Amino acid sequence: MTTMTGKAIGGGARYVDERLTSANFIRRSMNKVFPDHWSFMIGEIALYSFIILLLTGVYLMLFFDATAREVIYNGSYMPLKGVPMSEAYSSTLHISFDVRGGLIMRQIHHWAALLFVSSIVVHMMRVFFTGAFRKPREINWLIGVGLMVLGLLEGFAGYSLPDDLLSGTGLRIAYSVGQSVPVVGTWSTFLLFGGNFPGESIIGRLYVVHILLVPGILLALITAHMMILWYQKHTQFRGPGRTEENVVGSRMYPSYAAKGGGFFFLVFGVVAALGGLAQINPVWMYGPFNPSQVSAGAQPDWYIGFLEGSLRLSPGWEIRAFGHTIPLNILIPGVVLPGIMFGLLALYPFLEAAFTKDKAQHHLLDRPRDKPVRTSLGVMSLTFYFVLWIMGANDIAAHLFRISLNLTTYMGQVALFLLPPLMYAITYRICIGLQRSDHEVLVHGVETGTIHRLPSGEYIEVHAPVQESQLVLSPVEPDHPERIEGERGPRALVSAAGRAVGSFFVAKKKDTSVPADQRERDDDTLTKR
Amino acid sequence: MTSTAAGFAAAGRRRRKLASYAVLLTALVVLGVTYAVLAPRGHAASTAEESFAVQKGRELFQTSCATCHGINAQGTQEAPSLIGVGAAAVDFQVSSGRMPLARPGPQADRKEAKYDRAQIDQMAAYVASLAPGPQIPQVDLADGDLQLGGNLFRTNCASCHNFAGSGGALTYGKYAPRLTPATPVQVAEAIRTGPENMPVFGPSTFDDHQVNSIVKYVDYVTRSKNPGGLALGKFGPVPEGLVIAVVGIPALLAMTLWIGARA
Ligand code: HEC
Ligand code: HEC
Ligand code: HEM
Repeated sequence: MTTMTGKAIGGGARYVDERLTSANFIRRSMNKVFPDHWSFMIGEIALYSFIILLLTGVYLMLFFDATAREVIYNGSYMPLKGVPMSEAYSSTLHISFDVRGGLIMRQIHHWAALLFVSSIVVHMMRVFFTGAFRKPREINWLIGVGLMVLGLLEGFAGYSLPDDLLSGTGLRIAYSVGQSVPVVGTWSTFLLFGGNFPGESIIGRLYVVHILLVPGILLALITAHMMILWYQKHTQFRGPGRTEENVVGSRMYPSYAAKGGGFFFLVFGVVAALGGLAQINPVWMYGPFNPSQVSAGAQPDWYIGFLEGSLRLSPGWEIRAFGHTIPLNILIPGVVLPGIMFGLLALYPFLEAAFTKDKAQHHLLDRPRDKPVRTSLGVMSLTFYFVLWIMGANDIAAHLFRISLNLTTYMGQVALFLLPPLMYAITYRICIGLQRSDHEVLVHGVETGTIHRLPSGEYIEVHAPVQESQLVLSPVEPDHPERIEGERGPRALVSAAGRAVGSFFVAKKKDTSVPADQRERDDDTLTKR
Repeated sequence: MTSTAAGFAAAGRRRRKLASYAVLLTALVVLGVTYAVLAPRGHAASTAEESFAVQKGRELFQTSCATCHGINAQGTQEAPSLIGVGAAAVDFQVSSGRMPLARPGPQADRKEAKYDRAQIDQMAAYVASLAPGPQIPQVDLADGDLQLGGNLFRTNCASCHNFAGSGGALTYGKYAPRLTPATPVQVAEAIRTGPENMPVFGPSTFDDHQVNSIVKYVDYVTRSKNPGGLALGKFGPVPEGLVIAVVGIPALLAMTLWIGARA
């Protein structure tokens, strides 16, 4: 029995191989080595939530009707029965109340959308703080920034589809942001909306954007992202046996396939649990979009929140030029600021390379503490973003914590300029402190937990010297090695006894005990990267 | 439908019916009292009743309200005059525990009521006897139209109280409260008297049918079940984003750590 199946598979494989000569490629792929560090799986959360979005989105497509045509709702949600509304809103109600499994599909779709963008952001944070974006991986960094921006766009388009009161309010804000751009703004928004806001066309157009255009580009970019990753191979943290020329970890087949496949189901499980337990976007309570209505606490989904916050924080500036009013209070926070933020994000790898004059290839990752300037810049930017994000919800915060709304705006304006530099300084100190404690370990050894009492009555703890084999040397920001006193070794190579004490959530692992040459390796990387 | 489910549904209907009877009954009693108070003089029995209620009301008022509102409710530096605010304002303010005001602040908060039904009616009768004003509205939920109420609510109330009556911040520490604890009569009273920073919606804005409809919708939207699961406070996308940030992402990161440690 087993031999027969084996024969059948072997025969099939031979058939394919004789025509596509793919055996070599498949063998190499199956033996490809993936690093084991947990932080390498965050990107997978994004990938898997995208797959979940495609699957649930197709189900929603079967029942959703993206037209602005007015209909009289006649479904089973009582408070809206007999109320005139757009076909788009009516079909969303239909999905929620009258399609079998419709509500949970909508909720899974929406939770997966939130998770998709969140995991992209966290993934990007790990790439940034470990320096994985450095040469030769700048292109994949740029693709990543593109994926994130498209993710925001995709989410915003989807959020606007049901044509409910909240999303209509969001679209109106987008419309006025578009109009604030001098010269081209009025005409391009007019073109996009097919006339004045809201018009009849925008829902249909957003639908094309949401189910065809952006998902198509996303799919293409994700493919390119993965192919480049495959070709360039993963980065890895420093460790025994790990060099710029190899990758240490588990093979694609069977370990990594099992791991990744299992993880897909974990992601699916978390999203499905959220979709089944927690109500999201209850459009039936928002009501159909009506330009004369507005709800308190009308917010966009979280990933657009930073824009909402920057609009709320901006003082009411306007200038008049050439007979036109330029609403700086919308133009700057709504267009200029996000332009600068995403621009800097995209350019960061090139800026860092230029400022540090680093033209080398890098396949080994930095620990955040060893690059205090980069780490502090990252924390500083995240703080800036975080303040904007929180301010996007300042009315809800004011309401729940009973503080004055005006006070929160004022605090936000101050915090936006004060907190980021403060966080820079704090992060910098923490990095240096961590470097010092690494250095301490190197010089004085590892704490053993054994306490001795000296004849004088003093207590001391016995420290065991670090084994050479456990030692991981990390290059530290070349500008500041002098901050660490009592150097051992060359100045640019201040030592960090990372793996000796276990670090970054990884307990002392088998890495340290298994001789380097017995670990699985990606063989073809040994000769050529 | 199984028989138990039908039984539950019937019981629910009965309870709702009972509740609306109770509301109706209260409204009738209140109406009777107010009528008695406001009815033209010369009716010996009602005058006696009236003067009794007004008498008791004045006593209560003078012990616990006069320090702020003045000995004849004419108003002081601390608090506005109550002449002409009507029984509805007194009933709303006292039955929702806002009055007697505990401490000055940007706004009077809702609290446990300090007086029982009879005492509130007496104080309302006293204030109503000073000058005509809005009477305690009669709410008839059966007359309300849910769809009309929803639309009126979204047009006139959601901008402060949020789409589901979850409340929202106004400027300088003032806020529109969550509507869940308000009884149907209090909702109607709030509409008619416009407490503090809320606008007054008088009979020229909404007729009684419209008020009944709004009250019915508020009752529905604050008490209805949530078909999607946990309602997350009915504040829209902000708590949803928070759930992803504090539940979704941490749960998945914990799983990556677990898998990573197992490699
Ligand atoms: C500590 C002072 C204080 C006390 C005691 C007090 N009030 Fe008031 N009252 C105020 C203030 C201040 C306002 C106006 C702001 C507000 O509505 O919160 C007010 C407003 C009111 C209003 C609303 C007036 C309007 O224009 O609608 C009513 C009715 C009222 N009070 C009734 C009472 C009654 C009845 C009592 C006694 C049970 C009472 N108050 C006790 C301070 C007080
Ligand atoms: C301009 C904002 C605003 C609008 C519009 C508004 N309200 Fe209010 N509402 C308030 C404020 C502020 C209070 C709190 C008053 C107080 O505490 O004295 C309030 C209080 C209430 C209360 C009392 C809740 C409690 O805790 O006892 C009810 C009920 C209410 N409003 C219903 C409505 C309804 C129904 C509408 C629409 C017809 C409406 N409101 C429109 C601002 C508003
Ligand atoms: C290509 C795959 C996708 C398809 C076919 C698809 C399809 C749809 C459809 C038909 C709707 C409207 C029905 C409804 O609102 O319930 C919708 C809504 C939505 N989509 Fe997608 N979608 C896809 C990918 C995405 C992605 C990648 C995101 C986010 C980054 C996203 C975010 C949303 C959001 C936020 C909504 C509103 C959901 C709601 O009503 O609660 N979608 N999608």
